[in-house]
Amino acid sequence: MNDASLTSGIATARALDGGSGAADLDATHRTHVGMVCFLCSEAAFFGTLIVAYLTYLGASKSGPTPAEVLSLPLVIAGTAALVASSVTVHLAHAALRAGRAGTFRTWLAATIILGALFLVGTAVEWHELIFEHGLTISRNLFGTTYFTLVGFHGLHVTVGLLLLTLMFCLSLPGFVSQRHSDGFDVISWYWHFVDSVWIVVFAVVYVFGR
Amino acid sequence: MAVWESSAADISPPAVAHAPSWATTVDHKQIGILYIVTSLVFLAVGGLEALVIRAQLWKPDSHLVGPEVFNQMFTMHGTTMIFFVVMPMLFGFGNYLVPLMIGARDMAFPRLNAFSYWMFAFGGAVTYLSFLAGGAPDVGWFAYAPLTEYAFSRGTSTDYWILGILISGIGTLATAVNLVTTILTMRAPGMSLGKVPLFVWMMMFDGILLIFALPPVTAAIIMLLLDRSLGAHFFDTQAGGSAILWQHLFWFFGHPEVYVMALPAFGIISEVVPVFSRKVIFGYESVAAATVAIGVLSMGVWAHHMFTVGMSDALDAIFSGASFLIAVPTGIKMFNWIATIYGGKLVLASPMLFALGFLAMFLIGGLTGIMLAAVPIDWQVSDTYFVVGHFHYVLFGGSLFAIMAAFYYWFPKATGRMMDERLARWQFWLMLAGFNLTFFPMHIAGLLGMPRRIYTYSADRGWTIWNQLSTVGAAMLAVCFAVFFWNLFDSVRRGAPAGDDPWDAWTLEWATTSPPAPYNFEQIPLVRSRRPLWDLKHPEDPDWEHES
Ligand code: HEM
Ligand SMILES: [Cu+2]
Repeated sequence: MNDASLTSGIATARALDGGSGAADLDATHRTHVGMVCFLCSEAAFFGTLIVAYLTYLGASKSGPTPAEVLSLPLVIAGTAALVASSVTVHLAHAALRAGRAGTFRTWLAATIILGALFLVGTAVEWHELIFEHGLTISRNLFGTTYFTLVGFHGLHVTVGLLLLTLMFCLSLPGFVSQRHSDGFDVISWYWHFVDSVWIVVFAVVYVFGR
Repeated sequence: MAVWESSAADISPPAVAHAPSWATTVDHKQIGILYIVTSLVFLAVGGLEALVIRAQLWKPDSHLVGPEVFNQMFTMHGTTMIFFVVMPMLFGFGNYLVPLMIGARDMAFPRLNAFSYWMFAFGGAVTYLSFLAGGAPDVGWFAYAPLTEYAFSRGTSTDYWILGILISGIGTLATAVNLVTTILTMRAPGMSLGKVPLFVWMMMFDGILLIFALPPVTAAIIMLLLDRSLGAHFFDTQAGGSAILWQHLFWFFGHPEVYVMALPAFGIISEVVPVFSRKVIFGYESVAAATVAIGVLSMGVWAHHMFTVGMSDALDAIFSGASFLIAVPTGIKMFNWIATIYGGKLVLASPMLFALGFLAMFLIGGLTGIMLAAVPIDWQVSDTYFVVGHFHYVLFGGSLFAIMAAFYYWFPKATGRMMDERLARWQFWLMLAGFNLTFFPMHIAGLLGMPRRIYTYSADRGWTIWNQLSTVGAAMLAVCFAVFFWNLFDSVRRGAPAGDDPWDAWTLEWATTSPPAPYNFEQIPLVRSRRPLWDLKHPEDPDWEHES
């Protein structure tokens, strides 16, 4: 194709493109938009699980009930850890953008530890529920909806932790630098999203649902 | 101009020539073709299943296949047609055309794109493997719980259904994300969202619709899987679970799914009708706006599938009213297409024939849809053959007629060869006659009280003649599809050379060679109006002087 009027845009296209750096920008722009779309679908997914939880609140034909078995202190500690990890991941991100690789690593490590603490909290809680109160997914409707909702959230935390850990390992030999801060965006968005979902879950299950 | 010249000698064997390997490709055009070819295979399978259904219903008290096989046939037919034929076929066209139409070199995430295709193929395969594992799913394409609970559906057939839909659903979601991202971020310079071809516009809303409508059913299917495999109680009425929740969640997806299949079809029609009327589409903005309205409204009408489960009168009224509302933006589009045709210089080539077929058939389906949205009528005819007649006018009359228009319109672009017009005409008239003969009598059988999903009936009901008409029509449709497959097969090998722009069309995909090079455009074009090729061909009167 060598027609002048259709391809006279090349000059404009180049101007908009502005060399290879702008092409990188294009790619991160794409990743950003893609991630927003993905998170929208995740929101719809969790929304459905929450609707199911609310639908069946108090519908169990037999115990135990949420009020009998859910232990608040543990989950409050876990929630605090998770909320704090949103702050640390933000600090890590800011450090990366500023090009301070060492600080980035420190905050990243803090995020990973806080996230892991949250998962440990969940594990302890589940252990109690299952072995002390006999609540399982098949015990009653509360067990069914509780383990599904909290379980899927925990799964998302686990995936986030894997991503963060991967970033951490890559940063050790210095593979992660300022250039990657746009790419790190999507990981931090995901992490913030998982945290926000938890705040809703916490409100629904532990505050409103008791 | 070099753009339009193409000699027979130029024609390389269609697409295959530059294929490194079909199994590893990440090129959007090859993936599009993979989607389309795979869904054609499923179309043949789903069609055979329909023929089994129709053969069984040919005469009263028939024992051709028996109830078990009959249940499997209508379940697999519905599941196949929706999930493995119409949706992937439209994605195939979307994949192939969207980057070309917006002047991009590929989709936003080419690897994810390949992943989507393979998930679709894998999901379809899993669903069909059930035949080898002791029986196909037999619970209907909407898999109503608690019928699908382990207590009532022993064995593994329902699990195959769940896994197949889950797997292909992941691929579908990835495609949706990919399409939206591509359209939002990869348009050629100058192509604002107000200048993209309407097909692109509709594919974008298709993606957005899926992003919000698919996850709920995914969650519901996972719940069902947990019920069946871990003894959870979501849909277990004995333990306080709800049969209605499944219906809400399923139809919250199931209804928008109708529009997921309809929007790309509308997009195809919006491309074909102007080109073959030799006129600009009438009311581009209102077609686009109607798309948005349909997308939003379609998320709020799902419970019109549940008028007979005994919701409250208030809910019935709300969902009935919302369903009526959808007729407004759909009607707007209808008027736009008709206004485009009106006063145009019609070129009745095969794509236009199928587009006109679409307009007429979809109109009938839309009208019976309005009838069903009226609660008292629905109470009478719900779960009768009236409904089967209605949704085939929408799905087959809507989607498949548009898909045929798309095949005849874009085949030359993808292969560099024309399809045979004479065979196309044979196919069109067979399809129009066979289609109406198959599905119109179903309305009457339904009004006479014939329930859907019964495997046989007695002679004294007065349904026999209507069923026989339907079965004859189905046989005609089988012939029609045989003609179509032959036409495809033969034209790939021996079709007349097409050149770059055989229809004298106006959108960017026709600006590159047929078939396009792997990189689509040597140089990314500059766009100044909605019809960039018109501007190119008519420098004395370009569109951008008129468009704001
Ligand atoms: C090839 C021509 C076709 C014929 C002859 C045909 C025939 C039938 C018949 C007789 C039934 C009713 C089965 C029953 O309820 O007992 C049925 C159901 C159905 N068909 Fe088709 N069909 C055709 C094409 C299509 C297409 C193109 C689609 C979708 C895009 C489709 C989607 C469905 C669905 C969703 C059901 C409901 C299945 C269920 O009840 O679970 N069909 N079809
Ligand atoms: Cu509907």
